[in-house]
Amino acid sequence: MLNRKFASVLGGLLAAVPAFAYESSYNMPVGVTPISREVHGLHMLIFWVCVAIAVVVFGAMIYSIWKFRKSTGAVADQTLTHSTQVEVVWTVIPVLILISMAIPAAKTLVKMEDTRNAELTVKVIGYQWKWQYDYLGKGVAFFSTLSAESNQARQLDSGVDVTQVKDYLLDVDHPLVVPVDTKVRLLLTGNDVIHSWWVPDFAVKKDAIPGFINEAWFKAEKIGRYTGQCAELCGRDHGFMPIVVQVLSKEAFATWLAAQQEAAKAAAAAAQPAATTAMTTPAPASAAAAL
Amino acid sequence: MAHADTHAHDDHHEHKPSGIGRWLFATNHKDIGTMYLVFALGMFFLGGAMALLIRLELFKPGMQYFDPQFYNSLVTTHALVMIFGAVMPAFVGLANWMIPMQIGAPDMALPRMNNYSFWILPFAFTLLLSSFATAGGGPAGGWTLYPPLSLQGGTSFPLTIFAIHLMGASSIMGAINVIVTIMNMRAPGMTLLKLPLFCWTWLITAYLLIAVMPVLAGAVTMLLTDHFFGTSFFNPAGGGDPVMFQHIFWFFGHPEVYILILPAFGIVSEIIPTFSRKPLFGYDAMVYATASIAFLSFIVWAHHMFTVGMPLAGQMFFMLSTMLIAVPTGVKVFNWTTTMWRGSLSFEPPMLFALAFLFLFTIGGFSGLMLAIAPADFQYQDTYFVVAHFHYVLVPGAVFAIMAGVYFWLPKWTGHMYDMALAKWHFWLSSISVNVLFFPQHFLGLAGMPRRIPDYNTQFTDWNMVSSVGGLVFGVSQLLFVWVIVKCVSSGERATDKVWSDAMPLGLEWTLPSPAPYHSFEDAPEVK
Repeated sequence: MLNRKFASVLGGLLAAVPAFAYESSYNMPVGVTPISREVHGLHMLIFWVCVAIAVVVFGAMIYSIWKFRKSTGAVADQTLTHSTQVEVVWTVIPVLILISMAIPAAKTLVKMEDTRNAELTVKVIGYQWKWQYDYLGKGVAFFSTLSAESNQARQLDSGVDVTQVKDYLLDVDHPLVVPVDTKVRLLLTGNDVIHSWWVPDFAVKKDAIPGFINEAWFKAEKIGRYTGQCAELCGRDHGFMPIVVQVLSKEAFATWLAAQQEAAKAAAAAAQPAATTAMTTPAPASAAAAL
Repeated sequence: MAHADTHAHDDHHEHKPSGIGRWLFATNHKDIGTMYLVFALGMFFLGGAMALLIRLELFKPGMQYFDPQFYNSLVTTHALVMIFGAVMPAFVGLANWMIPMQIGAPDMALPRMNNYSFWILPFAFTLLLSSFATAGGGPAGGWTLYPPLSLQGGTSFPLTIFAIHLMGASSIMGAINVIVTIMNMRAPGMTLLKLPLFCWTWLITAYLLIAVMPVLAGAVTMLLTDHFFGTSFFNPAGGGDPVMFQHIFWFFGHPEVYILILPAFGIVSEIIPTFSRKPLFGYDAMVYATASIAFLSFIVWAHHMFTVGMPLAGQMFFMLSTMLIAVPTGVKVFNWTTTMWRGSLSFEPPMLFALAFLFLFTIGGFSGLMLAIAPADFQYQDTYFVVAHFHYVLVPGAVFAIMAGVYFWLPKWTGHMYDMALAKWHFWLSSISVNVLFFPQHFLGLAGMPRRIPDYNTQFTDWNMVSSVGGLVFGVSQLLFVWVIVKCVSSGERATDKVWSDAMPLGLEWTLPSPAPYHSFEDAPEVK
């Protein structure tokens, strides 16, 4: 039974290793950032270490169960009750294995925490139940909520076949747009309760906590659309505040940003008589065109 | 001795009260143990029914049955009921039954407190579950009660907090009783290093309970004053710190994890030697490993919160200290395996459950080791990978150990052997379906499914369906367990005093008649 389990895990892994594993329904995605690749490597390293230990330990258990059955006339060796030697061995060997795993893990952890020299900073604010992205110093900010199509389909008794909904629950009205090959720093906070911003392909999961500003960073190396979800229970619609990140070429991003800034200016001018701050800008059609 | 004097009066009568009073005013360790076990079994089915509702909603994508808020309250109360209502009371029930019998004592040291600690529980759970009938429904912020979310709760919020206070008080009383009993009432000659491992692991568990239950009480009291009395312990707008709650909660929560598993280690350490017909390998090492795990449990709490944004040094510390736990836990697994080595094994139901524990708890240990690696934990945290991990250690871990213990000692309690064939059916159905239920959740988590969500993208459908089918089979299989117990209480072949006379049962409990007399050891046995 166990062997079959491992075989199925193994099968999943073999299917996942080449190219882009985010399609895999078995395993962690390799992702598209240098950190996500390292994290995936660590995950696989420790997985294989566990498999190796499992082979030895489960092997010994299965052998004992098989070999020392009373029904085959096995007689218990009452003298085998302790052995300082083997006890030292099976204490020291795990310590050595753990040290060998802790070293690469610590190295990756240091890199993950190094948010210096970011080329773009986005403030991410979690709300019940949507995200707000504020491109610091760029004058662009907008909310990102579950797409209308998914939102309608997910209602109780909506009558909609959710398998026909495109990117069901993983689609938003205005995705976070970032340039490729650029170190993007996120400053995360929460407006009401604790949320957690998670995009598996970037190996970034960081809590957005009211009263705190957390930092995270990623550098996406492949143009594309990456999805994630809020990972901290945040109330009724916790399952319905996805994250979509659109990674554009640097040129396309510049075009998109300029269009956003234009639209923000126009909106501010229109709102001037009211003299209120327009935080939310309507997403212009040009943004969609740029995607 | 005073004990011997009073004993003279007791000859020939068991003083067994009758009627409802026997249970309401119970001071006998066996009666209280029975009530704990029956209560735990009832709560196991209640929590299980909630789990089945969760699996029903998750069977396929799209919202089919519940409002998301109700789904969240199912998730929350499933956890509270299973942890505080099923697993902990079951262990206390086993402790009540077995500790006096294993150390050669007539009863627990503090019988009336024993009564209080049990009778608090029905009130605690009435409070908790009555919140479902209030406006706004049951508690829906997760059993971890993180503020600010938990502060948004309606009437359920104070009800949940008072329920947790009562559960905590009950646990502390139970723990005091265990410590006082083991420290003072051991038979002459039973030194601490001759104590059966079930008593050892419970003794250490009891210290953990006394150390951390007040911490939980403090944390939830601060929530209460934040909500009703205008304090700002966890409210950033008033200078408070929501992350501080998580630190306090997990300072309770991690030792709590070991409270749920150490007695299981003890039960398995009794059963494997019995049916291997060979003394436990490395008894001393087992005791020291248990103590080390208990010590380490106090310095690893923040591995539950790697994503809150701790300083790098903090993350490093908690990653390394967590990895260290693998060492004493490994020692235990190796010792159990070596106990079987060159033994003479037979596979009665308690041994089958103990062996399933050994394999499946170890799988939970492996995923625990993976979770300890902080950079990888960022990908695992709050996903179904974590759900799979803690269900592996709690269901085929703690719950299987409890079932193993029940199958081990049931003939001693009732005086009847139970239906072995039926118990084996229960074993095979449970141990296969529990893997169908929880193993696919590893895949779901790794593929990106967060926990505590009522609906999901269609890519997660297949494994959720498999998991739900496993859940249904597992749930239904547990009815067999009840059937075996009911049959055994009312009828069955007479059990001998040793019960497992064909195997090698070692403890003092096997020197008593089956069923065990009302006041276990009226004369203290001599332990060589």
